[in-house]
Amino acid sequence: MGLKRNVSLATGLKYKGQGPMLAFVLHRIGGLGMAVFLTVHILSSFLGGDIGKFLNLVYENWAFQIVVFFCVLFHAINGLRITILDLWPNLIPHQREATWVEWAVFIPVYVFAVFVITTTALGG
Amino acid sequence: MAAKSKSLPLAKRGLNFEMLMWLFTRLSALAMYALILFAIIGALVMGARNQMNFADVMRWGFMPNVTHVQNTDLQSTDAWATTFWKLTASALLMVAVAHGVHGLVTIADDYIVRPRGRNIVRVISIAFMLGMIGIGLYILWTS
Repeated sequence: MGLKRNVSLATGLKYKGQGPMLAFVLHRIGGLGMAVFLTVHILSSFLGGDIGKFLNLVYENWAFQIVVFFCVLFHAINGLRITILDLWPNLIPHQREATWVEWAVFIPVYVFAVFVITTTALGG
Repeated sequence: MAAKSKSLPLAKRGLNFEMLMWLFTRLSALAMYALILFAIIGALVMGARNQMNFADVMRWGFMPNVTHVQNTDLQSTDAWATTFWKLTASALLMVAVAHGVHGLVTIADDYIVRPRGRNIVRVISIAFMLGMIGIGLYILWTS
């Protein structure tokens, strides 16, 4: 018994879910990004040799690290919010505040990390 | 606000595999937080404060494998290559791969809705999960 959504991709893209939708999309992108990165990382250390060295160069690049760190940090913080709200459902009335706290933690940590990664990469 | 949500008996709420995996996703997230925190505390106990920079501590935290600390100022990596840390790393690997592969299945289910397609996704994902755990364990225990 397959489920049917009956919603086209265009309709889905027009859906304006605002803040929670943004968190949902970024959580998904972050999870996918980590899955790709970790698969490549595990395979490169398994294969070794020239392929492994090439893959190492890719994910040791500072631009790539900024992207991966976004994936990891957002997925971790948003995942903690989801976990806490789901396992303690009495807190769900405070979910708006939880989202604000999440961004209040994410933005300073991420900006600081990007600053450190960039200055290190540019030799500062 | 805060309506009573647990009025249905367990059987009618549906305690099935998907519900258990929903719970597993939350619990494994907490387990990964605990394991990463544990690895970072372990690194600090083993002298990371004087011999490693913050990025290397974090790299060790995300996967306590000895190759992650080879290029640091540590005088000896013996304490970092023990069976204890390999077991910790193996636990983190298996929890993380299971959490991640279940996440991929969840995403695929949003776009692949026919039962046959979903079965194919499940077979592929189980093979992928076992493969990544096998490769990961091989790397951890031979490095």
